[in-house]
Amino acid sequence: MSGTTFSVAMAVLRRVMIQTFKNPAIIIPSLAFPLVFLIAFAGGLSTVASVPGFSFKGGYTAFQFVFVFLQTGAFAGIFTGYRIAEDYESGFARRLLIAAPHSRGIVLGFVLSGLARFALTGVILWAIALLAGMTVLGNPIEILAMWLLAGLLCIASALWVAGLAFRFQSVDIGSFMQTPVFILLFLAPVYVPLALLTGWLKVAATVNPVTAILDSARGFISGEPTKIALAFGLALGLAALMGLWAALQLRRAQRGVA
Amino acid sequence: MASDNGIEVEGLVRVFGDDIRAVDGVDLSVAPGEIYGFLGPNGAGKSTMVLMLVTLLPPTSGHATVAGFDVAKQGPEVRGQIGAALQESALDDFLTGNEHMDLQGGLHGLSKNERRTRGAELMERVGLSDAAGRKVGGYSGGMKRRLDLALALLHRPSVLFLDEPTTGLDPQSRSALWAEVERLSREDGVTVFLTTQYLEEADVLADRVGIIDHGKLVAEGTPTALKAGIGQVSLEATPANPNDREKLAAVLSGFGEPAAASPKSVAVRLAQGAEQLADVVRALDAEGVEVGELQLHQPSLDDVFLQQTGRSLEGDEEEAEADS
Amino acid sequence: MSAAGQLALIGRRSVSRTFRQPVLVVPVILFPLVLLAVNAAGLASITKLPGFPTDRYINFAIVVCFVQGALFAAITAGTELASDIQSGFTDRLALTPARRWAVLAGATAGGASIAVFGSVVYLIVGLIFGVQIDTGVLGAFTLLALAIYTALAFAGIGAWLAVATGSPQAVQGVFPLLFVLLFLSTMNLPIDFIQKDWFKTIAEWNPLSYLIDGMRGLVIGGWDASTLLPAVAVATVIMFVTFAGAAHSLRKRVQRT
Repeated sequence: MSGTTFSVAMAVLRRVMIQTFKNPAIIIPSLAFPLVFLIAFAGGLSTVASVPGFSFKGGYTAFQFVFVFLQTGAFAGIFTGYRIAEDYESGFARRLLIAAPHSRGIVLGFVLSGLARFALTGVILWAIALLAGMTVLGNPIEILAMWLLAGLLCIASALWVAGLAFRFQSVDIGSFMQTPVFILLFLAPVYVPLALLTGWLKVAATVNPVTAILDSARGFISGEPTKIALAFGLALGLAALMGLWAALQLRRAQRGVA
Repeated sequence: MASDNGIEVEGLVRVFGDDIRAVDGVDLSVAPGEIYGFLGPNGAGKSTMVLMLVTLLPPTSGHATVAGFDVAKQGPEVRGQIGAALQESALDDFLTGNEHMDLQGGLHGLSKNERRTRGAELMERVGLSDAAGRKVGGYSGGMKRRLDLALALLHRPSVLFLDEPTTGLDPQSRSALWAEVERLSREDGVTVFLTTQYLEEADVLADRVGIIDHGKLVAEGTPTALKAGIGQVSLEATPANPNDREKLAAVLSGFGEPAAASPKSVAVRLAQGAEQLADVVRALDAEGVEVGELQLHQPSLDDVFLQQTGRSLEGDEEEAEADS
Repeated sequence: MSAAGQLALIGRRSVSRTFRQPVLVVPVILFPLVLLAVNAAGLASITKLPGFPTDRYINFAIVVCFVQGALFAAITAGTELASDIQSGFTDRLALTPARRWAVLAGATAGGASIAVFGSVVYLIVGLIFGVQIDTGVLGAFTLLALAIYTALAFAGIGAWLAVATGSPQAVQGVFPLLFVLLFLSTMNLPIDFIQKDWFKTIAEWNPLSYLIDGMRGLVIGGWDASTLLPAVAVATVIMFVTFAGAAHSLRKRVQRT
C-alpha cells in the first residue's frame, strides 16, 4: 500500500468521523434496526429456548444477541456505503475521484469509516445487552474473535454498497442496497439452531455462508468455539469477493469520469 | 354570466402568526371583464391576496366581494362564480388530462355527458386534445399550465384567478397562454385577476396593474399611465463615425438632460416625449451628423417599481412567500 | 352532486393513482409474505411446545400479514393525502363544491384499497400453502371483512398524521414506529407463551395484539366472541378517534370560508 493511498483513506475517514460527531443522530438508523430486533427476539421469543432439542449454554438472549450483533456490523457497512452514493449526488465523490489518483484510498477510507461506526454501535449494543443481564461465557479472546467476524461482515457489506454506489451513483437504490443483505441474514438460523429448522428454510440456511459465521460467533459467546476455520474462511472470502466487485465498479466509474 | 362579475376589495388584511402582515390594508377594484395584473416580487403578498379572494383563506380584517359575493361570508357562492389556477404542481401526475376533467367536472355537478363534451371542447381550446389520454406526469410545464387553465374554466366561471400563470414557461408557451387569457376577457367578458412577477406580462396583458410590496399596494393604474407618471422617454444615438460623437452630443443636448449611455453613444431624456423624435432627426441632418443607430427607451414598470420602493423588481428574491 | 357521489369520484382517483404506482403496491404484497415464509419455517419448532394452540405455525402466523397490510394502508393513505396537501391538490378540490370530509376520506381510499387487495392475496396464498381455517368458509370471509375493517381504521391514522403535519416525510417517519409496535405484540407467540414480564405487559397493552388475536381466533380454535369482539372494538375506536382527529385538523388546514 502506498503512502498516498493511506493518506487519502485517512482523509476520507476523518471527514466521515467529523460528520458523525457533528451530527450523532445519523448513527441512529444503524442502531435502531438491530435494537428493535434484539428487543423483539430476545425479549419476545425467549420461550423458544424451551423447545425440545434446543440447547444453547448461553441462554436465548445471548443466542439472539449474536445475530443482532452481526447484523449491526453489516448495517454499519451499508450505511457508510450509502454515504458514497450521497456524495455522488452532491458531486463530492466525483471531485474525489478526479482529485485523488489513488482512488483505492477512497474505498479504503469508507471501509475504515464503516468499521469505526460499527465499533461505536457495537459497543452501545454490547452495553445494552449486558445491562439487560445477558450471559457471556466466552473468554476475552473468543469475544474478540466474534468482533472480528462481525467486522469482516461490515467490510464485506461496505464494499458491496460501495460497488453499487459506483455503479448507480444515486441514493435512489437505497432499498436495493439493504435488501440482499437482509435476505442473507434472515435465511440463516435466526430463531433456532439449524437442526431445528424445517423445510425450505433449512435448505437455504444450509447453503447460506452466513449460517456458519453465525454458528461460529454463537460458539464464541457461549465459550464453545465451533467451525472457526470455516467461518473465518467464509467471512474473508465474502469480503474479498466484495472487494473485487467494488474494484471493478470503481474502474468502470473512473472511465466514466475521464 | 353574472351581470356584476367585478372584484371589490376594501382594507383587506391578513396577518400570519403575531405580526407577519402578508397583506396589509389593500384597497382595489376590478371592473367586470377587466384583466387586472397584480405585480410584485416574491413574498410581497400576492398569493396570500389570491387565496383570500378565492375563499381558501379567511381575511384577518377588511372586506372583499367577488362577483358581488362576500368572500368571508358567502364562500360557496363565490366559488360557484370563480375559476382558479393556483399552482402548477397541483395536478396529479398519475392521472390523464381527461381524468382530471372528469373528476373536477363531476365535483362541480356536471353530468357524465356534459363532462365529456365540455372536457373535449376545453382540451381542444387549450390545444391538448392529442395529449388528453396521457398521464399528466409526461406533460411539459406549458402543457400543465394549459390543462390547469382548462380545468379552471370547466364550470364556466365569470371571474378567473391566475396565480403566476407563466412562471417557468418558455416564451412560446407564455404567449400562447396570454392569447387565451386575452380572448377570455375580450370575447367572453371574463374578469381576470392575475399575479405575476414579470413586468412584461403585466405590461402586455393587463388593462390595469396594481403593484404590491410588503403587503401594501404602492401604485395602481394602466401600464401606460404608470410609466408616464415616471417620466420621460430617453433617446440613445450612436454616430456612424465614432469621431462625430462630440458633435452628436452637442446637437442632442438641445433636446433634454443627458442620460446614461454606452461609451460609443450619447443619450438624453426627451423633455417633451417621443414626439420630439422627428425634430431630433432633422437637427442631426442639418448639422451633417450621420447616425448609425437610434433607439427610444420607454420607462418600464421596473422604473415604476424602483421609484415606489427604492428597489428593482427583477432579481429580488430574498424573501419567501409567507404561507400558513 | 350527492356526498356519496363526491366520495366515489375522489376515492376512484385515489385508487387509480395508487395502483398506477407499483412501488406502493409491490411491498404490500411482498413484505408480509416474505416475513410469513421466514417465520413459518424458522419458528416451526415452536409448535412442539406443550400447549401450543396449533401444530402448524403458518396457521398461527398468517394473520400477521393482514395487520401488516393495514399498517401499509395507514402509511400509504397518509403519504398520499399529505402529498395532496403539499402540492395544492386539496386546494383544487376545495374550490369545487366537494364536502370537506369527502376530500379527506376519498384521499385515503387508495391506501385502504391496496390493503384490501393485499388481504385477498394473503388469504389465497395462505390457503395454497395449507392454512386451515377452523371456522370454515364463513370464517374466511369474516377474517377478510375484519382485515378490511382494520385497514380502513388504520387509514385514519395516516389521514390524521397527514392533515396534522402536511408532510409526506413526517408520515413516513412514523412507519418504522408502527412496525416496532407490531414486533412488540402477540405477533410471534400467544400471550401466555411470552416469558419476559416487561414484554408481556407491553404486548397486553398493545392494541395490535387484540387485532391479531381476534383474527387468529377465526383461524385457530373456532368462533369465539371473547377474541373477536375486542378486535372489532379496537378497530372501531381507532377509526373514530383518528378520523375525528383528522377532520378536526382539516378544519385548520383548509380554512375555506
